[in-house]
Amino acid sequence: MKTAISYPTEGAMGKTGTWRVFRPSIDIGKCIKCWRCWIFCPDAAISKGEYPVIDYEYCKGCGICANECPVNAIEMGREEK
Amino acid sequence: MIVIDTANHISALAAKMARARVIAAYPITPQTTVVEKLAEYVESGELDAEFIRVESEHSAMTACIAAEAMGVRTFTATASHGLLLMHEMLHWAGLARLPIVMVNVNRAIGPGWNIWSDANDSMAQRDTGWLHFYCSSNQEVYDSIIMAYKIAESQEVMLPAMICYDGFILSHTSMPVEVPEQSKIDEFLPEFKPAWKIDVENPITHGNIVEPHYYARIRYDMQVAMERAKKIIEEVGEEWGKKFGRDYGLVQEYKCEDADYVILTMASMAAEAKVAVDELRNKGEKVGLVNLRTHRPMPFERLKYDKIIVIERAVSFGLGGIVYNELKGRVPELYGFIAGIGGMDVSYRDIERMYELAKEGKDGWYPIEVK
Amino acid sequence: MVSDRGEIMAIKDLPEEEYVLKGHAACPGCPATIALRITLKALGKKTILVIPACCSAVIQSLYPKTSFGVPTLNIAFEASAAAASGVASALKILGEKDITPVVWAGDGGSYDIGIQALSGALERGTDFIYICYNNQMYSNTGIQRSGATPYGAWTTTTWTGKKERQKELAEIVMAHHIPYVATATIAYPEDLYNKMKKAKEMKGPRYIEILTPCPPGWRFDMSKTVEIARLAVETGSWVLYEAINGKVEFTGQSKRILEGKERKPIEDWLKMQGRFRHLKQEDIEKIKRELDEKWEYYRKVMK
Repeated sequence: MKTAISYPTEGAMGKTGTWRVFRPSIDIGKCIKCWRCWIFCPDAAISKGEYPVIDYEYCKGCGICANECPVNAIEMGREEK
Repeated sequence: MIVIDTANHISALAAKMARARVIAAYPITPQTTVVEKLAEYVESGELDAEFIRVESEHSAMTACIAAEAMGVRTFTATASHGLLLMHEMLHWAGLARLPIVMVNVNRAIGPGWNIWSDANDSMAQRDTGWLHFYCSSNQEVYDSIIMAYKIAESQEVMLPAMICYDGFILSHTSMPVEVPEQSKIDEFLPEFKPAWKIDVENPITHGNIVEPHYYARIRYDMQVAMERAKKIIEEVGEEWGKKFGRDYGLVQEYKCEDADYVILTMASMAAEAKVAVDELRNKGEKVGLVNLRTHRPMPFERLKYDKIIVIERAVSFGLGGIVYNELKGRVPELYGFIAGIGGMDVSYRDIERMYELAKEGKDGWYPIEVK
Repeated sequence: MVSDRGEIMAIKDLPEEEYVLKGHAACPGCPATIALRITLKALGKKTILVIPACCSAVIQSLYPKTSFGVPTLNIAFEASAAAASGVASALKILGEKDITPVVWAGDGGSYDIGIQALSGALERGTDFIYICYNNQMYSNTGIQRSGATPYGAWTTTTWTGKKERQKELAEIVMAHHIPYVATATIAYPEDLYNKMKKAKEMKGPRYIEILTPCPPGWRFDMSKTVEIARLAVETGSWVLYEAINGKVEFTGQSKRILEGKERKPIEDWLKMQGRFRHLKQEDIEKIKRELDEKWEYYRKVMK
């Protein structure tokens, strides 16, 4: 019997980080651990370590994290390829 | 036990005895008394089920789809415009491979409003992936509903099933029906074992985007299941016969062995045609009857006759008779009559007349234009 | 920190569990996925999602994989609330009391094509949560006008701007006398989370609408998704409230506005979005007038 049954998979659409044009980088020296970058990431690509950890395999580079950081600890730079 | 009741009440009784657990339905003439009876069963506690009083037939079919996807046996009933409103979700149920069982009381489509029998409502659903059964008596309605669950829920089939019968001619006419004991029905029809289900312990997603090469295979699998259903319908019909004394198959033949001509018709017209065959036999005509009780899957292999006269209560505009055209090219001598549209009475005398016309080489819209 | 009402007060206290998996098909900067992440953090694994045609039907990714970690039933565009009725009834039959059926539908599927099924499910008391994530247009099909599109907004079916006002679905829902109705937006995750949590603990039909500003649809830079959602509240264009058994209470910034705090000028919000770029001064005056009237109404009726 065949019907459209799908199973939960990380990276179901592949490594979506390859869509990225701008790359966020975190200056942990400035980070106050408010976790706004973590909760506002549409791609669940930021996890909670001691400081925020960005998973570049899946970060699409939207820049919401940088825009929402209250202490400007995240900078967006053009991805070099 | 013999029960004397209308096909609608018999439908409700069959759904109860099949132990449908979620029922979602919306009232429409001439199906209404099915819904009323089921509501009564549930409210009185006679039937341990959830009755969802939906706001439309589209929602009735959707709710059945969702409940069935949870692994629960469901039932619904509709007619005419209600069935047409469900059309989108009929496809959904088929593609989702959910063995929902539904009664459709055949009724004409407006405008103008017409509540009498006409099969164009269900004929227009023939490509939705549902098994289609047509009944010629209240007994057949009861038997077909219970059997439909077993056929539809077979692991080899897993397709929804539609049981059709004529509005008023059957729906509101009382006939004696032999009803087995509940324990015998429970022996015949085991608990529903779904092929897949929505479950928090196994968080699948059903129905997300499917690319063409996968989609085509899912569709193909439905066609294969329809073909397999032919065998299952015969097996289940035979088992029913052994248990309850009434044999069923894809078709029902009557006096066909030595027949020169075979009249092929469906639903209540088949009961009338039986009378016509007897009358014609009395006059020395070698004629038989095939009651096409299964329209999907189409049992071509059971229709190997040289001369067939199709009489049907539906039409595909710009093509003609639907069953007639499905058989075209497969039968050496084929005649097609469109009769009984919008509830026009078709008596055994009309059927005898159509037989005479066919022998003269004529067919068409009876009695409007025959040539 | 958790308040004495059991509400989470800071982002850091939101659960870490994720039910939206990395590597899904959403556009960069997508608000719907932010909303769904927070929603599922609140509702947890004993949730059954019902999703009609909408962006989230795509975001899930392609068969045979899915990016959603809770069981999900996709259903036709207009049908999601009816499907929730089917799920809820099946759960009763199965004796499952701790599982919540949740519809996750866009504004097209809620305000327009799905409103009949929604009204039906609310009226018949279906035990479920209906969530409308509202991006004020049909974004999945390419930015067409919906019943939630505001006056003046450009869409691909209103090239010179929409000529009519949007309707207020949450207020229509309230007319069904259901136990819980709330509005939220992604800019205030604690508020959204707490409202979801509150809804989860109640029974009967519950409705939550989340404003989700869409970068390609509203024509703004993808990094501004949350900022625009926040500004929608600060300018009074979007309103945060909840109604428990019909008793309305404004929440957060909207409560402060209701109590007299000045609204930021609506122009601040409009000018950030390309969909309003063509507006003439008279259009802006009309928007301002209608916004004033809306708040006047809230002060009179909803306070």
